[in-house]
Amino acid sequence: MSASSDVGYHAQRQARWHYGEAAFWLVVLACGFLFPTRYLIMTDILRLALFAMSLDLILGYAGIVSLGHAAFFGVGAYAAGLLALHGIINEPVLALIAAGLAAMVLGFATSFLVIRGVDLTRLMVTLGIALLLEALAERFSNITGGTDGLQGIEMQPILGEIPFDMFGKAGFFYSLAVLFVLFLLARRIVHSPFGLSLRAIKNNPLRAAAIGIPVNRRLIAIYTLAAFYAGIAGALFTQTTAIASLDVFAFDRSADLMLVLVIGGTGYLYGGLIGAVIFRMLQEVFSTITPQYWQFWIGLVLVVIVLVGRQRLHRWALYVPNLVIKQVAGRKAVVAVPESDA
Amino acid sequence: MTSILTNLFDGVAYGMLLFVLACGLAVTLGLMNFVNLAHGAFAMAGGYVCMVLVNRMGWPFFAALPLAFVSAAAIGIALERTLYRHLYTRSHLDQVLFTIGLTFMSVAAVDYIQGSSRVFINLPDALQGQFDLFGVGIGRYRLMIIVICGLLTIGLQMVLAKTRFGSRLRAAVDDPRAASGLGINVPQVFAFTFAFGCGLAGLGGALSAEILGLDPYFPLKFMIYFLIVVTVGGSSSITGPFLASLLLGIGDVAGKYYVPKMGPFVIYTMMIVILIWRPNGLFGRTAAR
Repeated sequence: MSASSDVGYHAQRQARWHYGEAAFWLVVLACGFLFPTRYLIMTDILRLALFAMSLDLILGYAGIVSLGHAAFFGVGAYAAGLLALHGIINEPVLALIAAGLAAMVLGFATSFLVIRGVDLTRLMVTLGIALLLEALAERFSNITGGTDGLQGIEMQPILGEIPFDMFGKAGFFYSLAVLFVLFLLARRIVHSPFGLSLRAIKNNPLRAAAIGIPVNRRLIAIYTLAAFYAGIAGALFTQTTAIASLDVFAFDRSADLMLVLVIGGTGYLYGGLIGAVIFRMLQEVFSTITPQYWQFWIGLVLVVIVLVGRQRLHRWALYVPNLVIKQVAGRKAVVAVPESDA
Repeated sequence: MTSILTNLFDGVAYGMLLFVLACGLAVTLGLMNFVNLAHGAFAMAGGYVCMVLVNRMGWPFFAALPLAFVSAAAIGIALERTLYRHLYTRSHLDQVLFTIGLTFMSVAAVDYIQGSSRVFINLPDALQGQFDLFGVGIGRYRLMIIVICGLLTIGLQMVLAKTRFGSRLRAAVDDPRAASGLGINVPQVFAFTFAFGCGLAGLGGALSAEILGLDPYFPLKFMIYFLIVVTVGGSSSITGPFLASLLLGIGDVAGKYYVPKMGPFVIYTMMIVILIWRPNGLFGRTAAR
């Protein structure tokens, strides 16, 4: 077998749907029916998962470290809020796409700044853009409502049929549908030749350029796409909570997002989803123990994760499932995290 | 005219303060290529030590300042020996995550111990108020900051340029591998410099309580300022961060005074423009490490 067909074979095998994945989504869907009292937090987790998936696209696949991903989340959130508040686009799904596109435009415009320079410059520029937008949102308080945020947003029924209810049931299934559709899209993209070229860029930009991959163009494309995803996540936030305030741009949001992704693992799409679940549960546990100081424990988790080592941690987490799979199926360990340092 | 001069004076004081706060970070980034987002936590530690000594235990302000330096340096060296040194070879992502974690912990810990409201350090009467110099209003406290920070800067420059330790440090920043090949104990040089940088940050934190405001969110609020100083100034010399601090200080004060509505907009725009124009910093060398 020649080398090129070998690569193609592995790429195709990776891209195929596994039973585990179908089971995962069935479990998520089942949660919607099993815990009818917990819609709000579950919607929150879905939103966070979508947001984390967006960061994973640039961090896990393209290796761009961003400290200001909340910028796009915020733009999406405010765009959706303003569209609904002024009745420009009343239908939530259309408004969602419009908000995503708004974030996408910003992503495209700022991608040119981000692809320049090394890690540190990228950190600074992304952080700076998020802070800049926060300052802008505060400055133009006649549009954004300043520190009070946008208030009095009333959402119209989804597709003109399904109204948002106060228990968040419609919001949950709406978010789940959006997440699933965008997941399918992301899955298609990361397994396409385009996605493979991104991994090549992440591993070694110089070599990637040498074999003819247009590095900058690819980075711009994925950054723009990730901005779109983050914008949609932000818009979902506004649509399901009916508020948009300045904290959508906050640094904490970007930092928490990093933690979500690190818990779940970078470089595979389920990382963000699993990370979002674990992160929100951790947060819930910590804030019941110490309501005011949960940040301390979140910080401790970050420090411990880094000191222990992310790869080692994921090996431990997968030890038991792999043991079970080995016993039952008699195969070699099936589940492995394709993790590599960003 | 006089208001311009007063603003310039305030800006210089502010910039010098930023320099003392951030110059430790310049070494961390330049020497070990380590992204330390928790640098502000050391400054906060120094500030709170000074506050406790002056307000609660009745120490004189000028006696508490050296202790702020010493305590921040002690915390710095303890953390460097136990935690930081394991992370020098890791990826930038790991370093960012680790130091964000530390920052969060420090914020919550100080909040827990001292409460979340802003604290003030009781200043001696001699440092309060203003006096007129040729019609320019000069704050006594700010003048003291300029004197202290100016002396520190000159001292640092002398140490770096004239002493044996300074040349070792410069060699290690230039090329750590070649330096260690020449028998320079790079980890030791770094540990010492790291502690000294943390100490300076602690001193800066104590001095800045009056001007920047000291509360548990200090490390998060001013993280961006420290990073701006270092990235804009570059880490190849001490002059780069110094000039960047002055520029940032004057720009921020002027921006807040002349276009108050734009808020912090001015400096962020300035930073982004500078970084696009020269990704390795205004005064950095072109070679990226």
